[in-house]
Amino acid sequence: MNAQLFALAVFDGVAYAALVFMVAVGLTLIFGVLRILNVAHGSFYAIGAYLTASIGGAIFAAGYAPWLALPLMFLAAAIVGIVLGGPIERLLLRRIYAKEDALQLLVTFAVFMILEDVQRLIWGTQPYFEATALQQLGNIEVFGVFYTTYQLVVLPLVAITVLISLRLFLRKTLSGKLILAVTEDRETATAIGIDADKVYLLTFVVGAALAGFGGALASATTSVVPGMGADMIVLSFAVVATAGLGQIEGAAIAALLIGLGRSFAVYLMPELQVLIPYLIMLLVLLVRPEGLFGVVRTRKI
Amino acid sequence: MTLRIAVPIVLLAIVALLPLVAPWSQVVLTLALAKGLAVLGIVLLLHAGQVSFGHALFFAVAAYSAAFLGEAFAGGELVMMIVLGLGASLFFGLMVGLFVVRYRHIFFGMLNLAFSMIFYSILEKFYHVTGGADGMQVARPTVVGIEMERAGFETLLFYGSLVLCVAVAFCIHRFLSSPIGNMFKTIKTNETRLEYLGISARRTLLVGYVVSAGLCGLGGVLMAVAQGIVTPEYAWWIRSGELVFIAILGGAGSVAGAFVGAIIYEAVRVNAAAFAADVWQMVLGFFLLAIILFASRGLVGLYERLMDRLESKKPQAKEPQEKRVPGAAE
Amino acid sequence: MRRWLTLAASAAVLLSTATASAAEKPDELKIGITAFLSGPASVFGEPAKAAADMMIEEMNAAGGIGGVPIRAFFVDEGAGGEAVLSEYRRLVQDVEVDAMFASISSGNCNKVAPLAEDLKVLNFMWDCGTQRIFEENDYRYVFRTQGNATPEMLSTVLYLLKTKPDFQSIAVVNQDYAWGRDSWAIFSTALKALKPDVEVVAEFFPKFGTPDFSTEISRLQAMRPDVILSTSWGGDLDTFVRQASQRGLTNTSTLVLPLAESSLERLGNALPPGHIVGGRGDHYFLHPEKKSDPEFAEFVEAFREKTGAYPIYPVFHMSQALNALKAAYEKAIEANGGEWPSHEQVVDAMQGLKFQGLGREVQIRSDGQGIEAMLLGTTTKADGYDFAVLDNMMLFDGGQITTPVGEVSLEWLGTLDQDFLDGIEVESFSHGQ
Repeated sequence: MNAQLFALAVFDGVAYAALVFMVAVGLTLIFGVLRILNVAHGSFYAIGAYLTASIGGAIFAAGYAPWLALPLMFLAAAIVGIVLGGPIERLLLRRIYAKEDALQLLVTFAVFMILEDVQRLIWGTQPYFEATALQQLGNIEVFGVFYTTYQLVVLPLVAITVLISLRLFLRKTLSGKLILAVTEDRETATAIGIDADKVYLLTFVVGAALAGFGGALASATTSVVPGMGADMIVLSFAVVATAGLGQIEGAAIAALLIGLGRSFAVYLMPELQVLIPYLIMLLVLLVRPEGLFGVVRTRKI
Repeated sequence: MTLRIAVPIVLLAIVALLPLVAPWSQVVLTLALAKGLAVLGIVLLLHAGQVSFGHALFFAVAAYSAAFLGEAFAGGELVMMIVLGLGASLFFGLMVGLFVVRYRHIFFGMLNLAFSMIFYSILEKFYHVTGGADGMQVARPTVVGIEMERAGFETLLFYGSLVLCVAVAFCIHRFLSSPIGNMFKTIKTNETRLEYLGISARRTLLVGYVVSAGLCGLGGVLMAVAQGIVTPEYAWWIRSGELVFIAILGGAGSVAGAFVGAIIYEAVRVNAAAFAADVWQMVLGFFLLAIILFASRGLVGLYERLMDRLESKKPQAKEPQEKRVPGAAE
Repeated sequence: MRRWLTLAASAAVLLSTATASAAEKPDELKIGITAFLSGPASVFGEPAKAAADMMIEEMNAAGGIGGVPIRAFFVDEGAGGEAVLSEYRRLVQDVEVDAMFASISSGNCNKVAPLAEDLKVLNFMWDCGTQRIFEENDYRYVFRTQGNATPEMLSTVLYLLKTKPDFQSIAVVNQDYAWGRDSWAIFSTALKALKPDVEVVAEFFPKFGTPDFSTEISRLQAMRPDVILSTSWGGDLDTFVRQASQRGLTNTSTLVLPLAESSLERLGNALPPGHIVGGRGDHYFLHPEKKSDPEFAEFVEAFREKTGAYPIYPVFHMSQALNALKAAYEKAIEANGGEWPSHEQVVDAMQGLKFQGLGREVQIRSDGQGIEAMLLGTTTKADGYDFAVLDNMMLFDGGQITTPVGEVSLEWLGTLDQDFLDGIEVESFSHGQ
């Protein structure tokens, strides 16, 4: 493997990691606060992609300006967060916080199953593809190989922006600090008068919107097809578990690790490509059960 | 004989006789029983308060063992398949168990998930060995050396599975009320106390884990021979989720519930696929939500509640309740 | 055992024909059709179902088959192998269908073929491609009303050799499942036999349903092979082609896409001119021999009106299965002196049966395999279509390129040589022709 190929593998790995991070970060945020591993997160991702691709396809065909592609992605993310995430937390999850882990997880599994069919009823089964955003930005040539600006520059930039703004939001704003307080210690936070219900709702909406945004971003680079959510959710599980549940910065590192591992596998041992995320997760968990950046919590007796 | 005991026996008899009336139901019921065995493995772990989202791994290990045996010996022998499948799943259960029993709750679940996904990826990737995503055919094996026709084999498989399930259910029931079974349950309620008694929680959990892997293995072999094909999908995370789903549906912690849940699940699934082909997943999803929100003790819980009510107003307990009552298959 | 069974069955048939018993004419002819109505492969199942509904309605309006109307029962292959098998049993044993059309997935065909034989039900493998089924087993009740992977891939090799004889290197990007692996095995065996000097520079088998081929495309750009083969389909193929054309890979390498006929309309402008496209048979909505046939043109328009898209190859396959059924019943009725035939008589009628769907005539040969013509072409731009259409089309006769009865494809392909290549007859057509 020469320097050229090495560089190519790094570029591909980073672009891929950026997309995976967008989904994983929402998942880890929700887990950090609600203590629920949300299987339906994969559906949010898929629905974000479907919304962007179908609305985009319609408005660009009608002759609207291509620069609308980016605002459209935000719109899709907002719809996923508010229209889907909000009601699911208020009407469903709120009723099961007192139940066992397994039941909570199964509720989100049920939502996932329902949403899979909802997607099919709304969007049918034909693949959607809407790459206006990506085509607008053109290509960049690196070492004689063409990359799309969108994947090489935009996706990593967006991911870093999201990471930094989330950090600022959590550390500098009141809502963010409330979320952190509840993450740290739910009981104490409630005891000092924090409205935990509101914090839960806010977190879930933001987390779902992030998944939707991840889907919206991905829709420019890939065909939107039935079943895309099921694959993404296990992958983001792997990222989140590798990083440590609830670790936002950790998720970025873990996504990078998995993204790079995957792209180097394509160059070195293509057969291992699909195994890489799980192998990394397994190795990390065996050495550090709480994940790379996870904090050990004392078990309640 | 009280109604509480009579209903399950009647239901068991109905299950046993149903294929005579509706021949196509025989294979569906066999598949349900196979899944029921695997679900029993999940139920066992639930008693220790642990949920595995990767037990489909052992299901697949045993199913593929049977397939490889069949391939190696041109058809193979059912008894050998069961022995090999069980052995392989117990071995894998021990190996994986040695790692995962150190963890609890969500980490336990995730680690299991990771192992099963690795196995899934291997099955899917190594096409030249495992047949890749299309899996392997399992030709109809001989039974104690006798070659059988399809109809005879399916009947034998169904009644064999039924007997096996009843026997296994009885054993697990006994296991849970045995001293080691009680220690096992203490992992859920108070693990520290167990350690104070000088008993290793890890070793206790390992025993339960290996047994549960073996149960999944038995189910996997039956599934493989009943279906005639094994695919990597057997180890896919949605399969593991399905097993947990059925355990909760039947009644978490209930031995009988595992089988009741499996039969109801399979019935809903087959009917939904036939009559609501576009939305069968949605139907199952709502079904699951309803159970968790309104009957978190599952079908067996509903049954117990109904029986309690009937017994409290004793004499008129003659209502034909069977229809509403999903009873026990044990 | 199976042979003995077949023998016994044929003996039983002989007996029943000897007594010349006519079966009672049913009220309706029931067929079970398995197709993907969910999951990624529903890009094939949905159009095929729409076509089946249209064609059955039309056939019934014209008196059905021998005066008996047809009724179809659909099974969703997307529900998984178990559900398909149990539904299959239910349809045969409970609903008592007269014939089954199963299935789209080769995996399901593998499962269903022995079951059909056990249940003694007439089964058409109406869309699946695996060439192994008839090469590895003998069946009485199972037939394929179309070609299989071998002629599909061999015709692709031949087209490539005829249109681009000087290429030096090839890479492959196939889906990682039996079709992707088997089709590459067939293609590469044939290529090695017919043009041994070609270098295979990379073999990628990304996971089925991969959303992202960026890394593969980077590597392919660094290697610049003359030809890139991909037998992928559906969302995977769309994604690959779009990502390849976005990044300019389509300018440096020729894509060879034997299944892309089913993606042409969806791909729009993403598939530039100059790439090779096939449609698993002579399936193309502008079929050069058929497009001026008013019945064909009318169907294409009606289908487009109903579904919003031009018909793709599964629609052609569905028309072949339905017409095969009709032809088989009519042949059996005639052989039975005008009386309604028994199930076994219909199965007998399948031998050597000739029928025609939307494409050229197809014939069933003695092992149950259909002989179907193959059409390939090169993409071009044309007025009136906002997606690539085919030019420089070639129609290959199926008889020459299908593995002979009793031979195994991979061995047979290995024996091909220059004489074989010279002996191939082909008819060429251009877009406007």
